[in-house]
Amino acid sequence: MSTVSIVGAGLSKFGRQPGKSGRQLALDAIASALTDAGIAWTDVQVAFGGSDGSGLADTLVSELGLTGIPFTNVKNGCATGGSALVSAVNAIRSGAADIALAVGFDKHPRGAFDPAPEDWGLPVGYGEAGLMVTTQFFGIKIARYMREHAISAPTLAAVAEKAYRNGSLNPNAWRREPISAEEIAAADMVNDPLTRYMFCSPGEGGAAVVVASEAAARRLGGRPVQLRGISAGTRRFGSFEVFGPSIQGRGTPPSVSTSTAAAAFEQAGLGPSDVDVAQLQDTESGAEIMHMAECGFCEHGEQEKLIVAGETEIGGRIPINTDGGCIANGEPIGASGLRQIHEIVTQLRGEAGARQVPGHPRIGFTHVYGAPGISACTVLSV
Amino acid sequence: MGETHIAPALGASRCSHCSTVAFPATSLCSQCSRPAMSPFTLSTRGTVWAYTVQRFAPKSPPYVPPPNGFTPFAVGYVELPEGIKIEAVLECHDFDELDDGAPVTLIATAPVPRFATDACLKEIR
Repeated sequence: MSTVSIVGAGLSKFGRQPGKSGRQLALDAIASALTDAGIAWTDVQVAFGGSDGSGLADTLVSELGLTGIPFTNVKNGCATGGSALVSAVNAIRSGAADIALAVGFDKHPRGAFDPAPEDWGLPVGYGEAGLMVTTQFFGIKIARYMREHAISAPTLAAVAEKAYRNGSLNPNAWRREPISAEEIAAADMVNDPLTRYMFCSPGEGGAAVVVASEAAARRLGGRPVQLRGISAGTRRFGSFEVFGPSIQGRGTPPSVSTSTAAAAFEQAGLGPSDVDVAQLQDTESGAEIMHMAECGFCEHGEQEKLIVAGETEIGGRIPINTDGGCIANGEPIGASGLRQIHEIVTQLRGEAGARQVPGHPRIGFTHVYGAPGISACTVLSV
Repeated sequence: MGETHIAPALGASRCSHCSTVAFPATSLCSQCSRPAMSPFTLSTRGTVWAYTVQRFAPKSPPYVPPPNGFTPFAVGYVELPEGIKIEAVLECHDFDELDDGAPVTLIATAPVPRFATDACLKEIR
């Protein structure tokens, strides 16, 4: 397969930005990614992008320039950014383009995400009974996982504490105040065993990535990061997902993250033990813990030992969510997947400043997971 | 005509090819993709697979709080012998009753499935 490189990555500011639309956040991110790549919008030959609730990406051409390129809208929940990038990479691999752009953005108000049962193919009774609450799924999944794999509640607080601490080192993060594990554990219980500070919040932000063929990357110079593997997938039979009226089959439900991560590693010819820095979907702190094992970074049940030993901290053996993840950056659904890519690109280039992983990390990994059972993963290297 | 009390039961479907059970009932099997599903009634007794507690009142609408107002309730999945876990509201005196795969019994099917612990069931019946 032909080599594809990330030649530019950019973010808008994350967190509340009154008076600024989601589309403007997308434009900020695109401008930053184009500058990073050393190109102009007129150099982009094909684009893919989307938001969950902030408008259509292809309408951005009215502010970017009417160059006539194909611009496809992507709407794939939390995997929107990842799916847009898969399409951009495939456009390069197929030879259809030399330079492609992926963008994701969203601007969710406080308390957003009001799922209607009928949109999920469920009877209205699920709403009346109080079961259309996203956070319940996360509480149920981690409650089961903690019992099965002997993970204790303080570890949940430790993961959130790390997120806020890393966020405090990241000038672009939304949450920049460290919060102690004690305060996190003592905060209001949302859905047992998860407290308010263990969850990410609906947020605001845009992220964009420019990918290029080998020839174009060479021509541009710059500091390309190689895209070694990329994979996207949907749930398989028997999986456990948000708003599922049942879980089919016997035994432990399979995870879409496991199969998607394995496919990305296989494509890259690398394994989890090769990774120097990783971004894992942390919708809440339990998700980061489960995704460590689901993506192959440890055995199920090994997480607590690693976290207590500081192995997932900046400076640990496998630093996870060095930019503070969704917990510190908030969750603009369309943007998060590409924010992760931006962070790994920044780390692999050695440009992460106060949150830089020491020892020149060479291989990075990103993972998004979202409703209803979708995942996208990448393996990147310098 | 007098009223007949019918014990609650959940209507599901079952694949005649691979025996996969689906709830709510489907016409296509999600395991083998064959249109071989027939109506099937689920067992009313199972064990708690996992649960959480809803600590805050969900947003209304769509949530309809009980007449006496919201109180925290347990929601989780009940594992049935047919090889399926059903999302349900779980009735108990104390949330700890639901730990360690507690046995529970179906007490209602609408608006969503509702199961009760043995201790709770004694009071209801």
